[in-house]
Amino acid sequence: MKKLILATTALALSAGFALADGHAKTIRMGTEGAYPPYNFINDAGEVDGFERELGDELCARAELTCEWVTNEWDSIIPNLVSGNYDVIIAGMSITDERDEVIDFTQNYTQPDPSAYLAASADVDVSNGVIAAQTSTIQASFIAASGATLVEFATPEETVAAVKNGEADAVLADKSYLAPIAEEDGEVMLLEQEELIGGGVGMGLRESDGELREKFDAAIQSMKDDGSLNALIAKWEVGAQF
Amino acid sequence: MSCAQTIMDYGLRSLGYGERLLPRTDFTLCHQFTLIGSGMIWNIYFGVLALIAGFFLANAIALAKSAQSPWLHRPANWFILIFRGSPLFIQFFLAYLIFLRVKQTIPALDWLTAAWAGALVVLFLNTAAYSAEIFYGALRSVPKGDVEAADAYGLTGWKRFRRIVWPTMLRLAWPAYTNEAIFLFHATTLVFFSGFPTTGQRGDALYYAQYFADKTFNPFVPYPIVALYFILLTLAVIGIFGLVNTYLNRHLPGETKKLRYRPQIIR
Amino acid sequence: MFSYCTDPEALSGLRWLSCYLTTAKHAGFYWSFLTVLTLLAITAPTALAFGFAGASAARSAFAPFRWIGKGYIAVVRGVPDIAFFMFFVIALDQAFEWVRHQWKCPDWDAPIRQGNDFVVCAAAKLPLGTADQWIHEVYGFFTAALTFAIVFGAFSANVLFGAMRAVPKGQLETAAAYGMTTRQTFWRVLVPQMWVYALPGLSNLWMVLIKATPLLFLLGVEDIVYWARELGGTKTARFTDYPHGDWRLWYFLALLVFYLAFTKVSEVVLERLMKRLTHGQATLGGSS
Repeated sequence: MKKLILATTALALSAGFALADGHAKTIRMGTEGAYPPYNFINDAGEVDGFERELGDELCARAELTCEWVTNEWDSIIPNLVSGNYDVIIAGMSITDERDEVIDFTQNYTQPDPSAYLAASADVDVSNGVIAAQTSTIQASFIAASGATLVEFATPEETVAAVKNGEADAVLADKSYLAPIAEEDGEVMLLEQEELIGGGVGMGLRESDGELREKFDAAIQSMKDDGSLNALIAKWEVGAQF
Repeated sequence: MSCAQTIMDYGLRSLGYGERLLPRTDFTLCHQFTLIGSGMIWNIYFGVLALIAGFFLANAIALAKSAQSPWLHRPANWFILIFRGSPLFIQFFLAYLIFLRVKQTIPALDWLTAAWAGALVVLFLNTAAYSAEIFYGALRSVPKGDVEAADAYGLTGWKRFRRIVWPTMLRLAWPAYTNEAIFLFHATTLVFFSGFPTTGQRGDALYYAQYFADKTFNPFVPYPIVALYFILLTLAVIGIFGLVNTYLNRHLPGETKKLRYRPQIIR
Repeated sequence: MFSYCTDPEALSGLRWLSCYLTTAKHAGFYWSFLTVLTLLAITAPTALAFGFAGASAARSAFAPFRWIGKGYIAVVRGVPDIAFFMFFVIALDQAFEWVRHQWKCPDWDAPIRQGNDFVVCAAAKLPLGTADQWIHEVYGFFTAALTFAIVFGAFSANVLFGAMRAVPKGQLETAAAYGMTTRQTFWRVLVPQMWVYALPGLSNLWMVLIKATPLLFLLGVEDIVYWARELGGTKTARFTDYPHGDWRLWYFLALLVFYLAFTKVSEVVLERLMKRLTHGQATLGGSS
């Protein structure tokens, strides 16, 4: 009798472990934390912004436990493929280059046009000096155009460069530049915009197909019931679906 | 595309010559070696110029530090404390922000915010402070007998310094100064890394390594290439400084001629 | 923090500043100073241990050990530390996971490198996928400290190697004459005496180590530079209660003051230590 009981406990234990393995695995969400309104660190020292709200909602819908971590933009992809976190959710535009190395979910924002922020309206963006953050699609775009590219490590520095006169204009996502132009009298958005990226999506390891499908389904369900549009309107990150 | 062609196109890319666009697909090892090597031009530029200019300032500061007058040794002490007591990373960052303000008040100085000039100024002051401390230490260990002998020969003032004290100081300081030179070349990698922006994708070795790490998403190739280039550069520095050391010690008997590294690193 | 901080927009002057400087975000900044100090406290002895191993290997009678020791010293010292920091943490992490994978999941048949991905079995992940956030942070901190220790271990190996050679030959010959074995000579005569010769170099190294800590953010540790950049940047009113312009200059000046004070204090303490240790020793420092 004793033997039997022991065996069942062992069985129950292992079943418990298997269950725990399926459910308790925390999904680690990697973000930059320096790109409002997509993601930033709020006064309480926590990750906040459009992607924080979106990510939490997606995790709830996919029934996953999620945790937020921040990482430098420069090494955000190497750290994903090496397994230090499971998802990149950092305002990352879907591009062919990146798609070769990692996988993307469907886009959760409409392609956000990139805008120029300048100190005066008559800047010649095709021949001038244009600032951009290193390793962004905007930096590649300017490098290929006729303008002179000046690269900075953080988005903050690119805007500072325009105010200091180091650059004629900065090219970045419109939703990042719009609140700055609104509050700061010295700088303004130019009329010319560039359509570069293919919308923002979550980045995952190519070997993580199952997780990608879960998030894909969650994004789809948010698109279907309109809650994604509500979030986009709240944080002003481009056009709605 | 052959490797020779790549070298033609990108060998001087860091200076703005050759292909305007950096390679964007099909990255080969040849691409990486060529472009990172091209970036080394800047590391050598910063290192060599800062070292030469810093050498003169370091001598002046070492002398000021050992002077009797507080008007001379106090500023020298402060200068050395600030540049030796804080990380170069933060010096670059602050210098860039300060140069921006300088530029707004004195427009004629606008070249200061460009890396080729601004970063060179920071490296120049930094290496001057470190070398000054080395030279000051050496100045204090010049044997008394040497100076007394000079007195006996009737050498005084500037002549005594120029012909007796200074050569001995340099000879004593040389091994530590070699270490300082090696460190300075390593420090040049920080130029485009904190503070100073890169214009027109003309950067140093580390900048191009970052470019490739970003495009290929593989950090394990470009950074070891940087490491390899720097080991070669370090060997070259040791070789050249060793020759100078032999020259400085040419009057001494055989044993001491060889460059012996002191059991310490000065930095 | 203070009771009057509920509506920052109505505040001004010192009261505004006192609220601004006590936000939870600033607390993160203040804690990061402790992070840096802790890292230094862990790295210094570890680097010394690496250095001791490297120096002992470099003067070993067994040629392969000698090559390893000398190679370690020469290669790491010949390369800018920043070039190491850019890839070393990921490399270390993957190396640990690879070893654990071989040990814990011997019958795993899927390849570990799938294209760009580095995939090991769940049991080999470090930390485990189920671990709490703080474990991840401690692990990240640990790999950062190890990376620092490996790099600065090479520098201290160089110092100790020089110090071991500086111990007068006569001492070792006397030990041999008394019938001590090589091992006994090493541990009982050489090691106790070398510290005095190593101290100037080691104190220099401590200063170098302090000044290398601004690069910690490269290793994924949220250090003081990370927070200074984050807090100093322009803040628009939409995303914070405390909007301000570009204040990075002030934050970095604060860091400058911190480092100047830290190196100055270290210098004074090390000088005293040196005086005490060399007292009565037959070296220049002791005879004076």
